[in-house]
Amino acid sequence: MGDGRLEIDRISKRYGDVVALRDTTFDVRAGELFGFVGSNGAGKTTTMRITLGVLAADSGEVRWGGERITLETRRHIGYMPEERGLYPKMKVGEQLIYLARMHGLSAKDAKASTEEWTERLGVAHRQGDDVQNLSLGNQQRVQLAAALVHNPSILVLDEPFSGLDPIAVDVMSKVLLDKAAEGIPVVFSSHQLELVERLCDRVGIIRSGQMVAIGEVDELRSGGAAELVVVAPNAAPGWAAGLAGVTVREQDGDRTVLELGDGADDQAVLHAALATGPVTEFSRQRPSLTELYREVVTQETDEDAAPGAERNEAGVTA
Amino acid sequence: MSTPDVRLGAWEAVRLVASREVTTKMRSKAFIITTVATLVLLIGFALVMKLSEGSGETVGVTQETQALAEPLKATAGQIGQSVDTTVVSEEEGREQVADGTLDALLVGGDDDQPLRVVVEKDLDGDLKNAFTVLAGQLALNQEIAELGGDPAQVQSSVASAQVDVEPLEEPYPYQPEQLVLGIIAGVLIYMSLLLNGQLVAQGVVEEKSSRVVELLLSTIRPWQLMAGKVLGIGFVGFVQMVVVGGGGLIAALALDVLSIPVSAAIGTVVWLIVWYILGFVMYSLVFAALGALVSRQEDVGGVITPALMFVIVGYVVGISVLPSEPDNTLAEVLSVIPVFAPTLMPMRLAMGGVPVWEMIVSVGLVIVLIPLLVWLAGRIYANAVMRSGAKVKLRDAMKPA
Repeated sequence: MGDGRLEIDRISKRYGDVVALRDTTFDVRAGELFGFVGSNGAGKTTTMRITLGVLAADSGEVRWGGERITLETRRHIGYMPEERGLYPKMKVGEQLIYLARMHGLSAKDAKASTEEWTERLGVAHRQGDDVQNLSLGNQQRVQLAAALVHNPSILVLDEPFSGLDPIAVDVMSKVLLDKAAEGIPVVFSSHQLELVERLCDRVGIIRSGQMVAIGEVDELRSGGAAELVVVAPNAAPGWAAGLAGVTVREQDGDRTVLELGDGADDQAVLHAALATGPVTEFSRQRPSLTELYREVVTQETDEDAAPGAERNEAGVTA
Repeated sequence: MSTPDVRLGAWEAVRLVASREVTTKMRSKAFIITTVATLVLLIGFALVMKLSEGSGETVGVTQETQALAEPLKATAGQIGQSVDTTVVSEEEGREQVADGTLDALLVGGDDDQPLRVVVEKDLDGDLKNAFTVLAGQLALNQEIAELGGDPAQVQSSVASAQVDVEPLEEPYPYQPEQLVLGIIAGVLIYMSLLLNGQLVAQGVVEEKSSRVVELLLSTIRPWQLMAGKVLGIGFVGFVQMVVVGGGGLIAALALDVLSIPVSAAIGTVVWLIVWYILGFVMYSLVFAALGALVSRQEDVGGVITPALMFVIVGYVVGISVLPSEPDNTLAEVLSVIPVFAPTLMPMRLAMGGVPVWEMIVSVGLVIVLIPLLVWLAGRIYANAVMRSGAKVKLRDAMKPA
């Protein structure tokens, strides 16, 4: 099955007049943890549902290992829907065995796998309880077990971290990292950007149904506009005003934050700063994923004001 | 860990879904309670029939009225009543009537009213008829004797006088017992269609409202989920019908309360099961499709009511018309129309007298309709089941996906 890569290739979807996805394209490599971020309604869930075949795309296709995904190969995917779904009045153990069997496992394997995952996720002692009698946190663990119980070769998880307590977040993170380490593609969506930044190998940012940034976290951060922080006690206000490609972002006492445009020379800035007297701090700062995200996502409003001003997109889409 | 083999045959998926339905439903209290309660009711009914049948009336006669014992039995026999007589003294007899050992005591009256009956409170209707006929005959005999005739000869010539009836159309000899069986069959199939049909709709909505349907449809196709549900719940209802119908039949045979041939009784149960299967498949497909249109349990009732009306109308027509008029034309016509057939036909079949062509046409029409419903219901279900939130319009759901 080729390189085991999950490819989302130019999928589009409209709901009536509303464009949900426009040529959305990205891929998740085998063994990679891919973070899928974007504001509510940007198209994350639609993308995932199309990947799982519960929704049909208007155009485009999803491939796994180079082959178009079918109902048969789709059974290799472990899926956690955004709106959690389990039978409320069915016992945890029976439910997991049932779902495993629905993905093609034999009765024996389904049982063994249910034992294994309820054990690993700390809900083994609740196997005999109806799902509706579990706390929300435990229901979430069972939901994750449901995504993993058939030993999937791809993981697609919609907001797996939402509503989890810190311990459960650690459990979930560990499981995702383990699965990626086993060599399967793992993609999940989240609004918890620090978590995404910490866990993911690569990140994709979607806005209004289009991928606006894809890349390694570091790569994205370096692609963002670089900032310089200069602390020069003797500098007069406006000392940096005349420098080519430099914009003053912030001036707070002796601390100045500058944004470097394309082609701006940070050494020239240093010279200018030194010319004013001593420089106690001179550092280059890279934006966090959160800042980057804000920047990318708020372009929507910029764009509305000045169509076509997608200044960062080219730079960020490495 | 190696990649597991994830091949899952289409029917294997249907079987998995169905077996989940079977185990969940059969373990549910509702199933156990309704099955046991219905069975107990039926057996109880057979017992009541047995008891009421065995209680022939006992009439006490005194020395004085002893001669009337045989004519009384004969008269009672003519109107289908069995009477036992015992000879007692009037005093004993009155005591026995008071304590209920005797149903009535016949004592000599005066010349104007030769018969005098002592009862506890009231004279039982059939027994009263027997006595009235007997009294009339006594009076007649007396008159004939006074006129110089032979009462016995008059009686025999009266008895042999008959009208020769020539029917143009042979009427079916409906028996009261078969009418009762028909009513029971009607109630059973109505209850079963109503309960199990609603279970299908509720089951569809349960999957929708709990969102588990999204997880299921990522691995199997909508038609497999729908078919599994219909077959699973249908099987549960089938088992229920076999247990209840079979149990009732066994009770009736064991208690020997049926005077109709055993084959007719078995035929009734078999037809009941056949019509349950046909009716269930037909209606549950509709209920599954309609259930898929809504996302909340509270809305199930509203959305399936129009379809449910057909079940109810068929049943109401059957139960209100057939017992008094088993060959009613309206019921006969409706019982061939597929939507009413599942409730009306089994009642008519239990009552007897259904022409073979009507049996064939009614079954045939339903069998023709089912593939059509499979296609239509499958389409509506597949289109609507993933749309949560507001009720999906039927017209939207029927559009090609």
